[in-house]
Amino acid sequence: MGTMVVTAEKVKELQKVLNAQLLAIGVSLAILIDEAGNVIVAAGNENGVDTTSLAALAAANFGATAQIAKLLGEEDFSILYHKGKRDNIHFTKIGMDFILVTIFTDEIPLGLVRLRVNQVAQELLNLLSEND
Amino acid sequence: MALIDLNKREIHCKIVYYGPGRCGKTTNLFYIYNAVSEKYRGKLLTIETRGERTLFFDLLPINLGKIHGLDIRIQLYTVPGQSHYRATRKLVLKGVDGIVFVADSLRKRREKNIESLIDLKNNLKEYGLKLEELPLVFQYNKRDLINANIPLLTIEELENDLNKDLKAPYFEAAALKGIGVFETLKEISKRTVKYVARKYIFNQAHKRAQGGVL
Repeated sequence: MGTMVVTAEKVKELQKVLNAQLLAIGVSLAILIDEAGNVIVAAGNENGVDTTSLAALAAANFGATAQIAKLLGEEDFSILYHKGKRDNIHFTKIGMDFILVTIFTDEIPLGLVRLRVNQVAQELLNLLSEND
Repeated sequence: MALIDLNKREIHCKIVYYGPGRCGKTTNLFYIYNAVSEKYRGKLLTIETRGERTLFFDLLPINLGKIHGLDIRIQLYTVPGQSHYRATRKLVLKGVDGIVFVADSLRKRREKNIESLIDLKNNLKEYGLKLEELPLVFQYNKRDLINANIPLLTIEELENDLNKDLKAPYFEAAALKGIGVFETLKEISKRTVKYVARKYIFNQAHKRAQGGVL
């Protein structure tokens, strides 16, 4: 675990991917975080969402669920999904160190979000692991 | 894992307050939250059980101003102290950049302090980290209770129990009253930012050196 450095160009590239793949299908907010709970990049409507707290809780949630998985003999659960009355939230692990958090309303089918998230995962991972 | 965001020109560091149950980790965060103006702090997030004990963690983001044109943003976390929450403590330590070990000065908590420090070392080991290599500050809390005639450990005893080999700086504190809280925070922040910056510079130099060889 070293220090992660993101440059302005990297943020732009990551945001471009999130915009083109996720916001384009109607996702309200997509946040890429690391497992320590830092926000690396956010795209979409942050109105009223405390992204710092969200990132910390999402990382902790993921960590806790991974421990549950281990109790069941699984490596981890790579996808988490919580359904609300209005908003839904979907978490996917990206590589070893990152988590993509996606928030969307009931109008967007979960299957479509999952499909796009899967497609986007490798692209994000490539960008994140590239050396500047 | 510290994050340097050159787009927003921010450095994010994670500092964890560790220590046995009921030693005053959350009290430190509460005092900082109430004393710092809104401009420099985010929301205080706490996940606690009904009995005021931290269940998962508390989080307080604070802004320490600029160094070399970069905003220093520190995330202060606490862990649940009770020994059976070991798995949770390990999760919170993920990506830690600096540690405050809050020790309870009550004489009857002596063993708990020692146990908690061993637990910290073991948890760090599982992430491939060594306490000796991380920024660390001790805080000996509840010093004010000496006036209430409650048996306390002396500073020498605490130092000998916990800090004999580590030789980290320590502060005497009464977190409820705010005594020693900011002194602790200032020291650990300074050390953590220095540590993160040094690691970053080292990585850059390392990368350049590698480029040269290739």
